[in-house]
Amino acid sequence: MNCIIIDDEATARAIVRQLCSKIPELDVIEEFDNAISAIKFLNQQNIDVIFLDIHMPGFSGVDFVQTLKNPPNIVLTTSDTNFAIAAYEYECIVDYLVKPITQDRFEKSIKKISGLTTNQPKSIIESKQDSVEGDDLYINIDRRLVKLKLNEILVIEAKGDYIEVKTEKEEYRVHTTLKKIKEKLPEKLFLQIHRSYIINFIKIIDIEDNSVLIAKNVVPISRSNRPELMRRLNLL
Amino acid sequence: MIEQPNLNYVDELAGDDIEFRNQFITIIKDEFPLEKVEYQGHVSNNRVKATAEIVHKLKHKFNILGMENSYKLAVTYEMELLDGKNGSESKFNEILETIEKYIKTI
Repeated sequence: MNCIIIDDEATARAIVRQLCSKIPELDVIEEFDNAISAIKFLNQQNIDVIFLDIHMPGFSGVDFVQTLKNPPNIVLTTSDTNFAIAAYEYECIVDYLVKPITQDRFEKSIKKISGLTTNQPKSIIESKQDSVEGDDLYINIDRRLVKLKLNEILVIEAKGDYIEVKTEKEEYRVHTTLKKIKEKLPEKLFLQIHRSYIINFIKIIDIEDNSVLIAKNVVPISRSNRPELMRRLNLL
Repeated sequence: MIEQPNLNYVDELAGDDIEFRNQFITIIKDEFPLEKVEYQGHVSNNRVKATAEIVHKLKHKFNILGMENSYKLAVTYEMELLDGKNGSESKFNEILETIEKYIKTI
């Protein structure tokens, strides 16, 4: 994969270059100390990955992303997580690395990029790289990515253009579909038991006729989903 | 008491790559004094926003040099500057002096 590094600090560029050097599949084509020079370069070259410092004077990383017509995969490098989260809504931004970047974290990021296909649509619901194993889910609320622990989710309910995610502590309203969030959830933990409901399987308190009790939520079970629910129960 | 800078992070990244280690030291020896001068210029001319920008830049070096507490202080100072305050200025200046002394030894 061809990549470029954009960072106004020489020390930071040296570090990213060193991190790249340990990954044979990565080839650093060029480095830039400002985003404008990089734009000129990108008009002439095809690049697979950009390592981009988000906080640069004058023309920031976010400004840069907004100017790109067909952006490649972009990995933000930053010390400011809040900046990164704000920018994470862009489809081309596939990860962010908090400085000082460790080799392990960098390799995880590259692994993630390697697994991405360029045509794959990105949902507004993002699985964070660190949580590939399925511990967390990031939901986009008012341009903020809020981290939810999967094991704290009780029920997810479809409500028109929105879904409502009920956790042990709070309820979140997210502009997406049940189908999209279902794709992000581990099957072992979650099960759709009704056209409008996904439940956290381990949170079931009891099942009565055509409903499931989860905390204080009574959730209906549809006829078509009932066999799968029953199959997964550890019945005596 | 200001914590002492170190090259642990750089050494970890370098492994056996002495060339990278040396290259990094050369870069920081070049870059840090320039940023320090830039910082001092902004402070003495009361350019608050520009001071905050250069503090932001300098704080990365604190991180790279393993100075976690100094990094936190720089974060606070940057916020203070953006808020029209400068309560952490003298401590920040002490950190810069500590780093300047250190990089002369490496």
